Parts: sequence; structure tokens; C-alpha cells
Amino acid sequence: MVSSIYLPEPARILDVQEMTTLEKLYTLEFLGGRPLGHKPGQFVAVSALGIGEAPISISSSPSRSNGTFELCIRKAGDLTGVLHQKKAGDTLGIRGPFGQGFPLKKFQGKDILFAPGGLGLAPARSVINQVLDERGKYGRVTILYGARTPAELLFKDELKEWEKRDDVDLHVTVDQPDDNWTGNAGVITTLFAKVSVYPRNTVAITIGPPVMYRFVLMELLGKGIPETNIWLSLERRMKCGVGKCGHCQINNLYACQSGPSFSYAEIKAVEGAI
Amino acid sequence: MSLKIIPKEKMGEFVANMMGAYRVVGPRQKEHQFMFGPIENLDQLHLDYNTTILPPKKYLLPQHESLFKFNADTFDAELTIDDQPTVILGVHTCDLHAIQLLDQVFQRDHLDEHYMARRENTILVGIECLEPCDDHSFCKSMGTLTPPTGCYDLHLTDIGDSYAVDVETEKGAWLVVRHAQARDADDEDYKRINNILSEKWPRFPYKLDFDVGELPALMSVSQKSPLWQQLGEICLACGSCTNVCPTCYCFDVRDKVDMSLADGHRERFWDSCQLDEFALVAGGHDFRPSRAARQRHRFFRKGKYQTDAYGLLGCVGCGRCGRACLVEITPVKTFNELYRQRTGGAR
Repeated sequence: MVSSIYLPEPARILDVQEMTTLEKLYTLEFLGGRPLGHKPGQFVAVSALGIGEAPISISSSPSRSNGTFELCIRKAGDLTGVLHQKKAGDTLGIRGPFGQGFPLKKFQGKDILFAPGGLGLAPARSVINQVLDERGKYGRVTILYGARTPAELLFKDELKEWEKRDDVDLHVTVDQPDDNWTGNAGVITTLFAKVSVYPRNTVAITIGPPVMYRFVLMELLGKGIPETNIWLSLERRMKCGVGKCGHCQINNLYACQSGPSFSYAEIKAVEGAI
Repeated sequence: MSLKIIPKEKMGEFVANMMGAYRVVGPRQKEHQFMFGPIENLDQLHLDYNTTILPPKKYLLPQHESLFKFNADTFDAELTIDDQPTVILGVHTCDLHAIQLLDQVFQRDHLDEHYMARRENTILVGIECLEPCDDHSFCKSMGTLTPPTGCYDLHLTDIGDSYAVDVETEKGAWLVVRHAQARDADDEDYKRINNILSEKWPRFPYKLDFDVGELPALMSVSQKSPLWQQLGEICLACGSCTNVCPTCYCFDVRDKVDMSLADGHRERFWDSCQLDEFALVAGGHDFRPSRAARQRHRFFRKGKYQTDAYGLLGCVGCGRCGRACLVEITPVKTFNELYRQRTGGAR
């Protein structure tokens, strides 16, 4: 039978959680029952037939998949506007998973420093929960998370759980605190002074908007973390997911094929990458 | 495989015979230019054309194509695969080289079933160019003045009163056996072909000031050339260059629905890295906002990236982009200027 790399597979929405005014968390399951089989850091192409398709990072970790997967979707345009109207029981189209995940095997035995900003926590959560579910394989785990306002913080329940754990060092900041905010105020880089690392044994994973990377990279490099140990996820307009359509190309690299996760060493000389 | 001879007066019969079994397309006149289009009678076929507005790529990767039909309510989806048997007649050697690259792109890593269905059901009949198309073509400099091996099925050479037909594949052999009155080439024919090919070479000028083997390396050291800014200042970002390019294949995808808002299809259509929104993501960040960056990206794809990825050049020297450009940005001028900047013009 002829198939096509462009044909989405139907997946049923099992649950929709409203996280903020802009973001919802969808739990999905393929109608055929097959597991997604993804690695943390990969993405899928999500379709609403008749509207279109967009790349969305996978938010759940393989360790908690149980045949389902989670996507945190921000309402940012026509397609995601329609996705936000979908309810449990509705069907979406899924292609993927695409891209390279983070090479977690290489990170074993290392201290892990997560530095997600804004919606970057959605893909970072996939890695964080995978690491926490295999906690013994890693050294110290530090999470620095920044959002614009307290209302925009994602995964608030999980932030509380991570806060409680002795084996996780969590620091959260918001750029614009409200009257009830008692935590750190300022951009994510203000958190770096609060943590100390053993630089040669630390892997840093930072995921956030393009503007954040330049400043976070300075902090990470400033702590002496080697370039090969600093990992980022580069957002681009992945349209096909299979290295054909050209939209996600960063010079000669296709973000959908070689990325979206890259080490800083791989991309520091690639102009326009960061 | 073998070399056959078809007298020119038998070509009409050959083409007419294949029309019964295949959709036949080839170069035909469009006002004062040529285009690839359906051939319904031999008078329409101009094998002696100079160049076409669009390359024959459109029969392998059409401007618009349905990927699948769907019903948005029931989620029923049905693939659209176009496997109509087609003969493309009279493909110039530059365009054959371009198809060789497209074959790599759409087969490597993730097989594109839509492209491949067309490709496998297409018989490519090339034709040897004996005169340069015009001042824009620079095939000789790009090494595309002769056909690539393993890409065409048949390749014609005009030897005066006949065509010499190089039969490269089983598919091509079948087309000749089934539909043509051909004889085997003899020593006399080989001599004529050798002479014709020898005589053609001096007619084609070299246009690049350096050997094309140096092009990827030249691009590597030209990332920061001031030329990109100059091109960006005159470029109209109209996308004409990529629209007429035989090696451009970037596409976008969109859904189209009928009045029911339920039945529709997802289509892919040609896109251009020269257009404003090509690298724009949700949230409004544009990763290639300037025309200078977009022109640089295009020329790097042509001169380096495709060579890195597929071992083939991304430019085949057809000259179409230069012909189409309203502000006279051409690959020959661009590559030569980069070379001049690095060397002061010395070879």
C-alpha cells in the first residue's frame, strides 16, 4: 500500500488542561493505539484538517508515556486558535516524532542544569521528568525557570513538586512581578548568581525564545561550562519535518533533521543560528 | 546500453505512437519564448528550442499538488498519488542535471512518495545542446554541457538527417522497441556523432572566471562579503529567480476546503526563500529578515550547501534566474564578483 510522509495519523484528545490564558496542555493517544515512541527534545507536526499544520514540541517524557503523550500549545495564530477550541474526545492529526532528541545517554553521571524560559519549559519538561524518573543516573539537578509574569508560569503543580524535592534545586523568576509574588523578580539571568556548579561535570540545557539565548549563553560560558556541554533547542518554521521544504534551514543545517536540539559547540560558528 | 538511429522523418510516427500509451510533454512555442507543455501533434514540438520559461521540474514537482484529500469531520483521508505515465521530450542537459539533484533530495533519508510516483512513471528523453541558449546560460562552466549518467532514459543528438538515440535504461529501450522505427548505429554514425560533439564544445563560452570545483570553497570564505548587502539593496524580493530555477524545490503546505468546510485537500505549492515570510515563526520572529540575508542564503544553497549535502552542485548553469531577474542579479556576475573580491581577479 502506498503511504506518505505527509499524511497525519489521527490521535484522540483524552484531556485538555488550561494552563494560562494562552497555553493549554493536551493529552493525546493515537487511535491505532501505537505509542509515539519519542525522545525528549523531539517535536510533532499537529494538524487540524481544513486549517493547517504546525510543529509543536512534545511536553511529556517517554518515562511517563503510558501510550499517551502531551503537547503544550500556545494560542498564537489561526491554527492554534482552532486547536484551542478542541475538547476531550476530538481528533487531531499527528506526524512524527521528528528531529533529534537530547542525547541523554551522554549526560548520565553528569550534573544537569536546566534553564528554560517562557514556553521553553514545555519541551524542557520532557527532559526534566525523564531525568527525575531516572534520578539515580544523574548528579545534581538544578532548574532555573523564568517567565514574564506569575500568571504566565507553566506547569505550576509540577513546579511545586520540584520545589519540594530534596534532590532538585529549583529557582523561579518573573520579569514583571505582581503584588502577590514573593519570589525572585527579574529576567532569567538574575538566577545564575544563586547557583554554583562543577563546570566540567555539568550539562546545561536551555530552551527559550531567540532573544534569551545570547544572555543565557554568556552566563553558562561564564560559569566555565564547556561548549560541548551546553545544549539548546532552536525554534524554526519546521513545515515538513523531513528535511525537504527548506523552511527550517539554518545555513546548511535543517533544524528538523539535525536539531532542533544542538550543542553550542555545533552551532556557535553557524551565522544566524543564535 | 545501446545507440540507435531514428531518421527525422520517422520522428513524427515515434511521437504519435507513444501518445497512445503516455502523456507526452515537450518544448513548444509560447509567443516569442518556449515552454514545456502537452504535445498533441508533432508540429507543436520544438526540439531545437533555446530554453524554456520554466524547467521540466513542474512535471515532477508541480506548482500546486494535492497531497491528500480529507473530510475534516470524519477524519477520513485519501492519498493523492499522481502516477500518470508521462514522457518528457527534449530535456536539455542542464535540466537533466537538476533532476539528478531533485532525485537525491526526494529519495534520501525520507522518501517522498508523491515525487517518486511521478518520477518512476516518467520517461526522460534528453537532447544534446549544440548551440548555447543565449548569453545567460553558463552550462559549460558548471560542467552540465553533457548529460549526467543514470538520470535519463533516452538521449537524442541531432546528427543532421537523423537523431542518434542513446538508450540508457530498460524503460527507454522499451519505448524505442515498441514505438519507433530505429536501427542500430554503425561506424559511420559514431564518426558523425564524434564530430558533432567535438565541434560543439568551442561554440560554448566559459562564463566563470574560475574552475567550478572551487565554488564551494569560494562560498565558504564569502559569508561576510559586502556583495550580499549590495544585492539586498537592489533585490525586489519578488521570488522570480527561485520560481524559474530547476533545482529549487522549497515548498509550503496549506489546506483547502470546499463550501461544506469539511471536504478538502492538503496541497503543497512552490515557495521561495526570497519571500518575506519564509523564515517567520509564530510569535513574529523572522530568522532571515533582510533581503541581503535571503539572497546570500539562495546563493549558498546553489554554490555550497547542496554540494555538502548531496555531492552535486545546486546550480546547473541554465541561466533562467538571471533572465528572469528584473534588477539583473545573475549567478555569473555574483560568483565572479566573489572570486574577484578574494583574488583581485587573478586565476
